[in-house]
Amino acid sequence: MARLVRMDHTGHTTLAEWTASDQKAVDAAAAAFRTELDKGYFAVVSAGPGQAEMVRELPRGAELVIMRRPIAGG
Amino acid sequence: MHWRRRVDERSLRKRKRLWTLTTVAHVVPFLTTAGVLVAIEPLAAAVSAILVAKAWLIPALYARRGANVVTRRGRGEEAAQRRALGLLGDLVGHDARDLVVRTGLVLEPGRLGTWLVGEAGALLIRPGGRTVMCWCVRVPDPDLPAADRIAHLLLALRTDEEGFATVANLAFSGAPWRLGRKLDPAMRPALSAAVQAARLR
Repeated sequence: MARLVRMDHTGHTTLAEWTASDQKAVDAAAAAFRTELDKGYFAVVSAGPGQAEMVRELPRGAELVIMRRPIAGG
Repeated sequence: MHWRRRVDERSLRKRKRLWTLTTVAHVVPFLTTAGVLVAIEPLAAAVSAILVAKAWLIPALYARRGANVVTRRGRGEEAAQRRALGLLGDLVGHDARDLVVRTGLVLEPGRLGTWLVGEAGALLIRPGGRTVMCWCVRVPDPDLPAADRIAHLLLALRTDEEGFATVANLAFSGAPWRLGRKLDPAMRPALSAAVQAARLR
């Protein structure tokens, strides 16, 4: 089952879970995904060892989508 | 950050040379003055010793500044830290997870060199292992547990390595041994491992 998680003060929060065949769950996950993007989060999926990719649409085939905050110079 | 020129291999080499030149410009006048002083008046040896000490101290202060970028900032609430560590472990694998538990740093190979990612900064050990560059970069959310702050930086690095270095501010560039002396002793094994990895590149 695929998961949409947001890194936050609790460690991380699971916002949605879905399987590609369950359209209702995919729609709910896509809505949660857009809400987080609107809050300013970035969405990242793993793209192989040591690689990650930023996405703007929920990739329904991904196993794990992580929402992260933007970074800044210290 | 459109106003900053994007970091690449060439710009890193240039910044490293500039940093070395700056260090030399700080050190050489003190050492020259110390030598001349002793040559003119051997009784001024004590003053010369102070000048030599200053020539040593200035690069050491810069190295301290570099080491500070990976200083641990507090783990946050224990349960949150455990959850965050679980997610970080999923991202990096068990060996790297053990290293982060022991040292607070994640070792991550990249195109520009070998990275050590901490809570509020990252060290880039350049290929060959003779230069380390310390970058100050963070996620501006003080409520995040330590492992989540590391995961944020790690994901940003994996997404766009050059972009990561462009956003970050360079705090120090120099020899790993100079940085290692100023680093938290618990972090030194991570630096050694990263230098070894960089030598193999």
